Amino acid sequence: MHALLGENGAGKSTLVKCLMGFYQPDAGELSVDGEVVSVRSPRDAQAHGIGMVYQHFTLVENMTVAENLLIARRELPAVIDWKHELAELRAFMQRMPFKIEPARPVRKLAAGEKQKLEILKQLYLGSRVVILDEPTSVLTPDEADEVLGLVRRMAERGELSVLVITHKFREVLAFADDVTILRRGQHIVTDRAKNLTPEKMAELMVGPEPPKQSSARAEREPGDLALELIGLSADDDLGLPVLEALTLEVRSGEIVGIAGVSGNGQEELVEVLAGQRTLRAGTVRVGRRPYTSTREEIRAQRVRLLPEAPLKNACVAGLPLSHNIALRDFDRPPFTVARWGIRFGALERRAEEAIRTFRIRTPGARAPIGQLSGGNVQRAVLARELAGEVALLIAANPCFGLDFGAVAEIRSRLMDARNAGTAVLLISADLEEIFALSDRILVMSEGKLVYETRADTADLLEIGRHMAGHA
Amino acid sequence: MSATLGLWGIPLAVLGGATRVSTPFLFVSLGECLTERSGRVNLGLEGTLVMGAMSGYGVSYLTGSAWLGVLGAGVIGWLLGALHGFICGKPRVNDIALGIAMMLLGVGLAFFLGKPLIQPTAPRLGAIPFGSFSDNLQLRAALDVNVLFVFGVALAPLLHFGLQNTRWGLVVRTVGESAEAARALGYDVNRVRLLATAAGGFLAGVGGSFLSLYYPGSWNEGLSSGQGLMAVALVIFARWSPKRCLYASLLFGGAGAIGPALQSVGITTGYYLWNAAPYVLTLAILVASSSATRASADMPAELGVAR
Repeated sequence: MHALLGENGAGKSTLVKCLMGFYQPDAGELSVDGEVVSVRSPRDAQAHGIGMVYQHFTLVENMTVAENLLIARRELPAVIDWKHELAELRAFMQRMPFKIEPARPVRKLAAGEKQKLEILKQLYLGSRVVILDEPTSVLTPDEADEVLGLVRRMAERGELSVLVITHKFREVLAFADDVTILRRGQHIVTDRAKNLTPEKMAELMVGPEPPKQSSARAEREPGDLALELIGLSADDDLGLPVLEALTLEVRSGEIVGIAGVSGNGQEELVEVLAGQRTLRAGTVRVGRRPYTSTREEIRAQRVRLLPEAPLKNACVAGLPLSHNIALRDFDRPPFTVARWGIRFGALERRAEEAIRTFRIRTPGARAPIGQLSGGNVQRAVLARELAGEVALLIAANPCFGLDFGAVAEIRSRLMDARNAGTAVLLISADLEEIFALSDRILVMSEGKLVYETRADTADLLEIGRHMAGHA
Repeated sequence: MSATLGLWGIPLAVLGGATRVSTPFLFVSLGECLTERSGRVNLGLEGTLVMGAMSGYGVSYLTGSAWLGVLGAGVIGWLLGALHGFICGKPRVNDIALGIAMMLLGVGLAFFLGKPLIQPTAPRLGAIPFGSFSDNLQLRAALDVNVLFVFGVALAPLLHFGLQNTRWGLVVRTVGESAEAARALGYDVNRVRLLATAAGGFLAGVGGSFLSLYYPGSWNEGLSSGQGLMAVALVIFARWSPKRCLYASLLFGGAGAIGPALQSVGITTGYYLWNAAPYVLTLAILVASSSATRASADMPAELGVAR
């Protein structure tokens, strides 16, 4: 079991995509079992026994487990005898370390089961080398340990070679035999995992530049009620209940973290608070007044939002950076002339200032925001959302997909906002982030808030059990 | 004549009319069902239907064989479907906009090429006389079932079986549910969709030949009254299931036969209103089966993807 470690943009994905035949290397060679081979497509890779489990599952949700396994096979009979195939699949599952009923629709599987199915698919195809791309990002700590433990034991028995891409040091130290670290497209080191410490690995990943320290948490008592959710319920896109009777309070000057495996209603909760999804029942109150996410209320009650995938949910990709920064207030003085006109010069000057203070790397204020990298889009959205006095800030996975430097900076800004008296609701699938920032921690599972604890006395294992829904 | 059966003539005439009126619905909707299960919409099937009617009539007239006419209509439909599929495979082509263009192209081309076919009489398709045991003329007329209808009825479960239990069915569904997954498995998404769109066009062409070769049974420019478009709506109503396409086609066909059936027993009040029944039904069904807040779980996931 070999771990491939590196920051975003270090070249991990590009490297494995070369192995899988998505890209062709300009130079160098690939050998399987000591024989130099050329891999021109994922089909070639499969023929050589190399398979990959992608970070975004490539399962077809509307089909059954059996259909998903069969479609991946190289040779399928023209007419499928389902009775025979189901019997064969059940026999196959008996030999495997984990089992999933073949007749179940994939839509009904939990994230951990989907991950296992992806791995099962590779074993079913007879892959001897399996590449796992960030396999635990959607799993609870328990599920992650289970899945990695199972493939580790298969590797120990010599049934499988595993290349796992990750940025979690704990997993590297617990499960990997060897580690390779990449930085900016270059091979930095390959060593036994037992020779390395987390500090050493962090240093090798980031390079000589030391990571920035986050702002410290100021001692302060929570203030007045900023956000109240009372009996909040909502349905998903198919009309099935997805949020059930959520009740929670956030006070000014505190960060309340909502932990949970993604896909348990977090996304829908943010959509409700952003005004993108209608409520079935319940009320939202901000600053002790009803709140329905109209533009007037957002302005009067000073609510700000950092949604997940900011380019999609908080920006207009084709508009210039300066216009995107102005989306909240372009229609208010001092940016208007004679009520209906807009001072574009003023928008640009303000954007220039934001570019400096938030260190946004961009060709200029007029560049379409869609051309910026993920970290810089997030910085631009932060510049917009943290401008002026903010009573309530809702942040969903604010550091997802960002590199070390950007993560430290964005966490600092959230902490600074809290220290200045903003109420922060942090929704994150990253437990480390929840622990680093929160004053109070809530756990969300299957659309319900199932557990609450103070952050300073919180127990990781206890939270993990509640995330998994069996506590 | 109507005296022998009295008011019982109405349901009988509706039944008989349903087998006639529903046949083009059935073929077009089965074709569109297949195309949409691969993740693409072909709105141009109205044009394909009219082209099929014209070319089917033309081939039948020239060769003297109605069945060669049906085949010819299918081939023309296949070509139009392949053209749609080919252009949709290009980057940033919107299948809805192209479908409307293809519809206008098909209808216009059929009118242009079909001018000399309005006068002559071509050999028509036959019917199976299921009612030959009876002496009652009305009963016999209602039970004269055309052969294409029988084929269509057989095709629905066959297509259902094909989608569920064959390799190509599984591939078509995978492509329609997740192009991403299909690509990762090494399937050529565009090619699968091209073939599914062409096959759908073939069926729509055959449906068109029914209009000119059986009922009404001649070629003129007023032959189709939007059946091709309604069949596309019908696929949504049938929630992308070939079997439900069959039931929905029969329902629409029955609604379309109400007007003529009433007329046949001498009720002429509101004749044109009754003829509008299928359109009212289309509207009512779409309103009833759609929702502002939820998407249908049966809808192929790739259909919702804007390109």
